[in-house]
Amino acid sequence: MSSKMQSSSSIVQARRTVQQLRIEASIERIKVSKASSELMRYCGEHAKNDPLLMGIPASENPFKDKKPCTVL
Amino acid sequence: MAAEKAEMDALKKECDGLRAQIEAARKAVNDGSMSAASSGVASVGRVQLKLRKTLKGHLAKIYAMHWSADSRQMVSASQDGKLLIWDCFTGNKLIAVPLKSAWVMSVAFAPSGNLVASGGLDNICTVYNIKAASPKTLRELDAHTGYLSCCRFLSDTEILTASGDTTCCLWDLETGKQKVIFTNHIGDCMSLALSPDTNTFISGACDSLAKLWDLREGACKQTFSGHTSDINAISFFPNGNAIITGSDDCQCKMYDLRADQEVICYQDTSLNAGVTSLALSSSGRLIFAGYDDFNCHIWDSLKGEKVGVLSGHDNRVSCTGVPADGMGVCTGSWDSFLKLWN
Repeated sequence: MSSKMQSSSSIVQARRTVQQLRIEASIERIKVSKASSELMRYCGEHAKNDPLLMGIPASENPFKDKKPCTVL
Repeated sequence: MAAEKAEMDALKKECDGLRAQIEAARKAVNDGSMSAASSGVASVGRVQLKLRKTLKGHLAKIYAMHWSADSRQMVSASQDGKLLIWDCFTGNKLIAVPLKSAWVMSVAFAPSGNLVASGGLDNICTVYNIKAASPKTLRELDAHTGYLSCCRFLSDTEILTASGDTTCCLWDLETGKQKVIFTNHIGDCMSLALSPDTNTFISGACDSLAKLWDLREGACKQTFSGHTSDINAISFFPNGNAIITGSDDCQCKMYDLRADQEVICYQDTSLNAGVTSLALSSSGRLIFAGYDDFNCHIWDSLKGEKVGVLSGHDNRVSCTGVPADGMGVCTGSWDSFLKLWN
């Protein structure tokens, strides 16, 4: 590749980087405190339906091996 | 030549200016840490899950697993050259799919349950119809110039892939052609995750960056930095507003999409192993992260504390998954076994 082509492709690359950074710079941001409280609220609202948090009764556990019962 | 140099200098100056602008904007909204905000939240206590089943059948390292949308079937991929589809309620193997190339790195279940896909060092994503009398190759998606690290179905007609060639790609399964190519990473793409609303996806790469993409436009919307090594695992928080990453730098991080920055880091001085995989419980409160230290450590996503561990594998935990109904965790390992915990 001639050095002229090399510098052209660097320019193309640099233009793309600038374009990408312009997109990323332009977004609206919310405060971290607001973001945190919404994540906390989501967890709080859904905790009671989270089987791994609440525990699963043996009778409803799909992965638990059912052992045969013997009547003594 | 002089004109080009002048343009390069101007572009570089604009880049530096834009980066500084982004950092300043992030700092301006950084009005408090998540761990401080969550200090008032009740602790989850010690999370002690029991091993319910060990699934034996693979003859070599397991590299990937993915739950079916029915939360009952699961597909696993091993470098023994097979995909196995399991009924996790009984522990039975339902279907074995022999692979053309044994060097598999990723596997996915279509939401319909009709198709599975896999790929790896062959650079190809192969899609199989598993509802046929015996598994039939539906498509071979062959355009990546690097290994296939991750694949995820949007439906029976579209699939997303991530590759060591640094790109991600959306494919049309009806034509077998690429629909959209996502280029912006400067390192191998290692993992991807679809947003709950399927309008966007996130990718993690060896350039230590996570990127958020618009699925239809093909544009990179946001870039998240902070990790100091390859990002191997990535997932959305269930409401789609935050992402969790796991890296070879031994840390996991949560980035909030709307604050456009890292809000909490999950690290422990005693943990000196890279993160290979991660999955969240259904409320998002627990993060199950697989590590090179043979364990899956459990983190409180809000408080940033380690709250439990799933121990039992005899080699690296390479893949982790929680089914849609949240009823358990599956870990897969280089020890050739999968384990189900809840």
